[in-house]
Amino acid sequence: MSADDNLMIANVSRRRFLMGLAGGSALVLAARWDVALGGNEKAQFGAGAMPGGWVDDPNVFIHIDADGLVTIVNNRSEMGQGIRTSLVMVGADELGADWDQVRVEQAEGDHSKYGNQNTDGSRSMRHWYQPMRRAAAAARQMLEQAAANEWGVPVSEVQAGVHTIVHRSSGKELGFGELAAKARELDVPGRHALVLKRDDELRFVGKETGLINGELKSAYPKAIDGEDIVTGKAIYGADVPFDNLLYAVIARPPVYGATVSSFDDTEALKVPGVEKVLKIEGTGQPAGFSPLGGIAVVASNTWAAMEGRKALKIDWDLEAAGDNASYTSSAYRESLEKAAQQPGKVVRQHGDLDASLESAAQRVSATYYMPHMAQAPMEPPVATVRIKDGKAEVWAPVQNPQATRDTVAGRLGLDTENVTVHVTLLGGGFGRKSKPDFAIEAASIAEAFQGRPIRLQWSREDDIHHAYFHAVSVDYLEAGLDDNGQATGWLHRTLSPSIGSLFAPDPKHKGEFELGMGFNTMPFSVPALRLENPPAPAHVRIGWFRSVYNLPHAWAIQSFAHEMAVAAGKDHRDYVLDLLGPDREIHNLTVGDGWNYGEDPDLYPIDIGRMRNVIERATSEAGWGKSPGKNRGLGLAFHHSFVSYTAIVFDVEVDDQGELTIHRADIAFDCGPQANPERIRSQLEGAIVMGIGIALQSEVTFEDGVAQQGNFDKFLIPRMPDAPKMLRVHLVDNPDEAMGGVGEPGLPPVAPALCNAIYAATGKRIRRLPVGDQLKG
Amino acid sequence: MATLTINGERYELDVPDNMPLLWVIRDVVGLKGTKFGCGMSQCGACTVHLNGTAIRSCVTPVSAASGEITTIEAMADDPVGSKVQQAWLDLGVAQCGYCQGGQIMNATALLKKTPNPETGEIVDAMAGNLCRCGTYNRILAAIERASGQEGEA
Repeated sequence: MSADDNLMIANVSRRRFLMGLAGGSALVLAARWDVALGGNEKAQFGAGAMPGGWVDDPNVFIHIDADGLVTIVNNRSEMGQGIRTSLVMVGADELGADWDQVRVEQAEGDHSKYGNQNTDGSRSMRHWYQPMRRAAAAARQMLEQAAANEWGVPVSEVQAGVHTIVHRSSGKELGFGELAAKARELDVPGRHALVLKRDDELRFVGKETGLINGELKSAYPKAIDGEDIVTGKAIYGADVPFDNLLYAVIARPPVYGATVSSFDDTEALKVPGVEKVLKIEGTGQPAGFSPLGGIAVVASNTWAAMEGRKALKIDWDLEAAGDNASYTSSAYRESLEKAAQQPGKVVRQHGDLDASLESAAQRVSATYYMPHMAQAPMEPPVATVRIKDGKAEVWAPVQNPQATRDTVAGRLGLDTENVTVHVTLLGGGFGRKSKPDFAIEAASIAEAFQGRPIRLQWSREDDIHHAYFHAVSVDYLEAGLDDNGQATGWLHRTLSPSIGSLFAPDPKHKGEFELGMGFNTMPFSVPALRLENPPAPAHVRIGWFRSVYNLPHAWAIQSFAHEMAVAAGKDHRDYVLDLLGPDREIHNLTVGDGWNYGEDPDLYPIDIGRMRNVIERATSEAGWGKSPGKNRGLGLAFHHSFVSYTAIVFDVEVDDQGELTIHRADIAFDCGPQANPERIRSQLEGAIVMGIGIALQSEVTFEDGVAQQGNFDKFLIPRMPDAPKMLRVHLVDNPDEAMGGVGEPGLPPVAPALCNAIYAATGKRIRRLPVGDQLKG
Repeated sequence: MATLTINGERYELDVPDNMPLLWVIRDVVGLKGTKFGCGMSQCGACTVHLNGTAIRSCVTPVSAASGEITTIEAMADDPVGSKVQQAWLDLGVAQCGYCQGGQIMNATALLKKTPNPETGEIVDAMAGNLCRCGTYNRILAAIERASGQEGEA
């Protein structure tokens, strides 16, 4: 990092000023961080701490041709969050481009050129807003300089208009296209010389457009991929055209860790169109991103490959799976519930909890369960690979193109430089496509067909049976209340298999980033507290699912806080506002969280005032306090995650037959500055619907290590009738804070808010998800 | 051998009778707007029109697909389909977009049959089309907009 990294953005508040420091400040702050962690960690924060870091070179991200067409490179994967529109909009705005003359180019997987591209953790805009602004500002200043040179005037006399550079006094204009060639020959301005636009000079960033709570404000600027999507032209993973393409599917071991003993492909090879059957080697446990192994069937079309797979006879060696072959969800749940009654590894504590519980006027306790779930993006995993002359090309819908490149190279024994990863649109990701296992599988097959492209297609059954499952969880909570119902003590034990088990021998305990997702960062102010993490072994592949461990933590904590309010005889909102304590900023290290989503806790402390604000907003918008009527109830939950703040209120009705109607949802959200409010709204709307599925429907169970749900007939996700009848998004304008995440933080409070509303309507407490038929009878 | 008419074009194809129309459209004919999502008529991503009726191409054997097949690629030239597409764009319905071709095909078939559907009719008609991104409220509003009824999301 050079001194040049210390870019100042004029006239902005402390936090926004610091945001621009990224790498430069990290070195300074790292020293203090090292001390706090005992000197063992060499930590940095934010985009600069990610593999590949950030890049803000305009020559990498912005191209202008002689016709004036502006091409902005998007380095993040598009999976529905709208980053291809939003990030390009940020660049176009700073550049001064006419939106109708802007196109996007999707970057290949290459951290060294494009910076970090790992599209997860709700990081895309949070980490790339500033670098994109800088790249575009540099390009604009080069255009301004080129125009000044052309006219022989000082650069201070010119400024960018919309797709033109204007000489202020004479009114002379030159278009971006006319200046592009000259501008390209100029030096890129140093970062100290960049002047970003003031907020009042921006045309797109932060502006409300689109559909706002039922009202269409403006359909401009239009979404980059919108027309291609509605006309069927958009290219997803399985849509890249090839000549000579072969199609493959794989029969994978039914149990995690099982292997192929023997197989008979006689009948499979008789299926018309089947060309070859071959064995794919797995790498055992832990699987990481590696294939599970199995038998691949390669054919002239997808259907023939699937029919061929049906005709395979395979003997699986279940011994190789060890005790995974006896993994049964009901027994596992019982074992975790039992373990939750025993003390576990203490991860945070203060005060004398045991004494406070013993002397409490009232004790409340509850155990909550959240099952395994599959991400189940509508587009199942799919990848195409062609290997030729010692080089591999991959076309795939992947969230992490560099990891795809590295792991495919590793599998094939190639140098990374000899692997090219083309990122298509993703038909949903939700964490599933952070794992490039399907691309490695395709590469393994393609090795046997040198020069020919091989497309590996996962069926829906493949996707659900062999997901990287959301961790099953049991959370036990106990609280002591005094005579006034105020909390004096708080015990929380959380048990889930760890994602760490995917990459190393099973740690059986949650890692720092897992605990940091709303467990040790729990915001309540309680005199005595102990947070424990008893062991929980993994028997399937555990992986990231949108919002990850925030889901069970928010579900348990937010349900339990409501149970405490009920026990205390207090209004839920009043009770939790009291439980949060006074407005203050909690530094993550003080609660044992050295992770903080990778962000600097000085910039991103846990801000109780912001938490309180979204609670007050959501409840007031929802009409909290009014009598909702017979069989109806309002339910509240809130959560801090991905350095953003969310609160949601549901208004539900449950009739005498136990039929649930969701009349309305009000979600209030504070992510600090909003780059593209329209796509923030859409993410929150989607999170509400997905969260309703988590609450009511979605579950994968195992019998003897085998997933019992394989398609949408049994693994249920929300359909249109399940959506709220009315859905209201309330964005909190908070431009002076540091930018927070958007894609994930909407989701964690949804399930507990809905279950709290069900309680308010019926008096029935839900402690086991999904609700399923628990409201019937 | 199958003879198909897709978007007004005639195809003579050497495919097994029981091959699902979805894979014929995608892998043999090469039209990629029709999507695979479940393979068992659970999600609607593969929805096409057969003689104007929305069908799930993933469970329709090619031998049963006699008549006019229409896919998402032809909707821009369809008076109702293009209205539906425009409403989708106006309201920013799509997130990842993968299911939206099927949603639009289903919505278009609905509006051709029922030009001014009640909200409940729309919800019933669209219940077979899954969207994992959760865009249902905007889909509903877009269908109402396309039918000339300005609904609330």
